[in-house]
Amino acid sequence: MNLVRIYGLFLRHFYLITRSFPRILDLIYWPSIQITLWGFISNFFSDHSTYYNNAVGVILTCAILYDFLFRTSIGFNMLFLEEIWSRNFTNLFIAPIKIGEIITSLIITALIRALIGLVPAILLTSPLFGISLLDLGLHLFFLFLSLYIFGITLGILVSAGLLRFGPSFENIAWSTMFLLAPFGCIYYPVEILPEFFQKIAYSLPLVYIFEEARSILIDQTVNYKNIIYAFYLNGIYLILAITLFYYSFGQARKRGTLINIGE
Amino acid sequence: MENLVEVKNLEKKYGSKEAVKGISFNIQKNEILGLLGPNGSGKTTTIGMMLGLLKPTNGEILIDGKKIEENRIETLKKINFISPYIELPKKLTVKQNLIVYCKLYNVSNIKNRIEYLVGKLRLEDLLNRITGELSSGQKNRVSLAKALINNPTVLFLDEPTASLDPEIGDFVRSFLENYKKDKKISILLASHNMSEVTRLCKTVLMMKDGIIIDKGCPNELIQKHGRDNLEEVFLKLSRSKYELS
Repeated sequence: MNLVRIYGLFLRHFYLITRSFPRILDLIYWPSIQITLWGFISNFFSDHSTYYNNAVGVILTCAILYDFLFRTSIGFNMLFLEEIWSRNFTNLFIAPIKIGEIITSLIITALIRALIGLVPAILLTSPLFGISLLDLGLHLFFLFLSLYIFGITLGILVSAGLLRFGPSFENIAWSTMFLLAPFGCIYYPVEILPEFFQKIAYSLPLVYIFEEARSILIDQTVNYKNIIYAFYLNGIYLILAITLFYYSFGQARKRGTLINIGE
Repeated sequence: MENLVEVKNLEKKYGSKEAVKGISFNIQKNEILGLLGPNGSGKTTTIGMMLGLLKPTNGEILIDGKKIEENRIETLKKINFISPYIELPKKLTVKQNLIVYCKLYNVSNIKNRIEYLVGKLRLEDLLNRITGELSSGQKNRVSLAKALINNPTVLFLDEPTASLDPEIGDFVRSFLENYKKDKKISILLASHNMSEVTRLCKTVLMMKDGIIIDKGCPNELIQKHGRDNLEEVFLKLSRSKYELS
């Protein structure tokens, strides 16, 4: 790993973000709108639902957590797509940068992108809805970390698809999070799902993360088993994703995608 | 003469389609080798393999004595590429793009390297401009600066003067001639501009259907085929059956 090269690739995206006010606004705008919307829905449910009535802000907290996951994953994909759209792909892959360095750089940049959007949104929740994410305590860190790992895992998986299949994979890049959202049990307990869907849900780290968030906020109990399961599954998926990325790179070199994608 | 690039029995198959059929050639130090051929002849595939973007089905490529397949990152440090079909990030300024690529190539003295290239390629007034807003001639010079950012020992040029006006085209050709003379680098030039190839290249390879059908110095080829210029030789070879030398 060469830190200068990792920094170089980070710099390419940092310049891009900081050069354009609309880009920064775009990063902040959507999470803030999303959180405000879910804040009002959350207020409504806290007044009208027996499940949520003891825990104002459960939905809002879950919305913030989900948005962080969404931003991290989409952020990673965007960084990769940016190279394709700007026809810079070939330049990047003929530079002496290792695959591991590309992944590391994009992981860091995706986190920064997600935080640019999320920090203002989180700050909004306190004056607007009187809710603080810090109510989750130290466990909040584990939940965010778990979501971050899963977000970049999805990002790496989609980027592997882009490498292997080229820009035609772009639509999948946008829809991954929407496909997984129903199984994530973000706003409802896993028991709501039909039995077969529950099996799928339990094979993803998301359900453990959001169950844990609800457990802390509604029952005021911490279930470390959920946190450990989430990290365990995250570890497996992350290793699989990185392996697939390397495999896709090899396949792209074999099939000529790296040349066609850049032109 | 020392061979800086050695291509041995290089072959590339996409399924049952053979894009490159076991070609071999060398590029000497301080030489510009021309790679000519009609569209679909295998030039881009050959360059793609030499840049490490494509994995050869068979054969090997050695750059400065090292096999690219086994030393991909080490080899990429020594080479670079310019093509009108690839671009630098459009939203970044010229200076930002050059800094980013200095970092990616781990250039030690970034300020000096950029100053040197800016001076040589007349980029002073462009440094703080957005890359995407430049004219094609200006973009070409910026891409050339990026291609030389790592002080490469082997430079791959794919249509380096395509879509340039004659004045800028001539500037780029003169620059390449002088730069090669100064730095003793090797250049592989793929071009459809025959006067450019005649002017720059010591040796020319003619490719068709994935094989090298003829090679030699431009004037020798013109004489050998009884034509008036390289363009006529190109047309003759493109339209005829293979004439292996």
